[in-house]
Amino acid sequence: MSRVVITGIGIYSTLGVNLEEVKNSLYTGKSGIGIDPDRDAIGFRSPLTGVIPKPNLKEYLKRRDRVGLPDQGEYAYLSTLEAMKIAGIDEDMLLKEDVGIIFGNDSSAKSVIEASDTIRLKKDTTLTGSGSIFQSMNSTVTMNLSTIFKLRGINFTVSAACASGSHSIGLGYLLVKQGLQNKVICGGAQEINYQSMGSFDGLSTFSMRTDAPEKASRPFDKDRDGLVPSGGAATVIIESLESAQKRGATILGEIVGYGFSSNGDHISRPNVEGPAKSLEMVLKQAQLTPKDIQYINAHATSTPIGDLNEAKAIKSIFGDARPYLSSTKSMTGHEMWMAGASEIVYSLLMMKNGFIAPNINLNTPDDEVKDINFAYETVNTEFDTFLSNSFGFGGTNSSIIVRKF
Amino acid sequence: MQVMSKEEIIEKINEFLVEEFEVDADAIAPDADLKNTLDLDSLDYVDLVVEIESNFGFKVKPEDFTGIITFQNFYDYIINKVESK
Repeated sequence: MSRVVITGIGIYSTLGVNLEEVKNSLYTGKSGIGIDPDRDAIGFRSPLTGVIPKPNLKEYLKRRDRVGLPDQGEYAYLSTLEAMKIAGIDEDMLLKEDVGIIFGNDSSAKSVIEASDTIRLKKDTTLTGSGSIFQSMNSTVTMNLSTIFKLRGINFTVSAACASGSHSIGLGYLLVKQGLQNKVICGGAQEINYQSMGSFDGLSTFSMRTDAPEKASRPFDKDRDGLVPSGGAATVIIESLESAQKRGATILGEIVGYGFSSNGDHISRPNVEGPAKSLEMVLKQAQLTPKDIQYINAHATSTPIGDLNEAKAIKSIFGDARPYLSSTKSMTGHEMWMAGASEIVYSLLMMKNGFIAPNINLNTPDDEVKDINFAYETVNTEFDTFLSNSFGFGGTNSSIIVRKF
Repeated sequence: MQVMSKEEIIEKINEFLVEEFEVDADAIAPDADLKNTLDLDSLDYVDLVVEIESNFGFKVKPEDFTGIITFQNFYDYIINKVESK
């Protein structure tokens, strides 16, 4: 079995469009949440959303490579470019080696809806254009990036709701551990647009705190009233330790465990047992005890039931160990398909720079979990082991542990 | 749509070809090879259909381009379509 390390990370998020910007936002507790006035106009309950700049890829890619990219594909291209630069992966290496790609993505609604609108209006499918099909499929990110970067290893997309990004890293980890791949570009991508969020808004799951958008996402706080949809893309390049050491790559961390479970319960209401099982499994896989974990990046999205049940699950497994706990979704909003990957990037930035990002807007936790060691403010501390949780609709759970190498 | 002269049609065609296919306007000449100059692959003909509909308001099919080699062939094809509307 190979040991599996991380040699490249990249990010394009509501907290910044590169690692440096995002690190600073995490440290200062900056919110990436704003208002989309269009959502009010078309009947959304909540206009709150993560806000991200639209990339302009003309200087990076030729037309044929751009026309198949939806919003989240553009974000993923830029986060992957940054990660490949950090990892020292260049065109020459991609020609010589079979590098794989596994990304989490679970929708491409805007492209699907725009194509459907065109067909209804024009009564002609050709008028949807040549890029529409490649923008519309769930595998859009991996099909586009594998073509752009000429990748020749494993190539598929993980659709596992809001745990997609985390499972992508978990599956990449297993492939490298088994010796089937030396390098896999993992990550998660999430579109930000009203088309992808209307039906989710309809479930009354989004925060209505529109008077102060930056305070709307407040995981674990007693006054939380729902999540804020968000997005972007994050890339995590994983590699066998042997391969990384052979080429002298900088090792950002080692993945030491991947735990998972399925609740076997309600489609949208999370429980305690499923996440607890995933936590038990990841600790066992990593051969670590709760006291070895110094920081947990929670899944917590700012929903009343989800946050409480996750906190209960963590309490049931970690008991007196009391690692620091924060949800970076307090700043980013819920990055959904991307979140499991971005939160590994955020936690790696914290570990490298000696701090734990605050769970902003957390004033008073629920009584049942008030003894948890929440990071209410930025904590300046060196740490060497963290755990990241991601859960999704259908009760899919994923937990990953990373250690400093 | 008001009646366009042949020159106006050609100017409009050149404008959308430069914009959509990101080629230098100087590369476009009546005798130049359309496919090679614009670096068209089979998928790009779909976008050519979209541009024609968007700019001239009529629908064509990608297979209609068989036999069109030069820009002049393409201009003639569009002019003929516009004039027969």
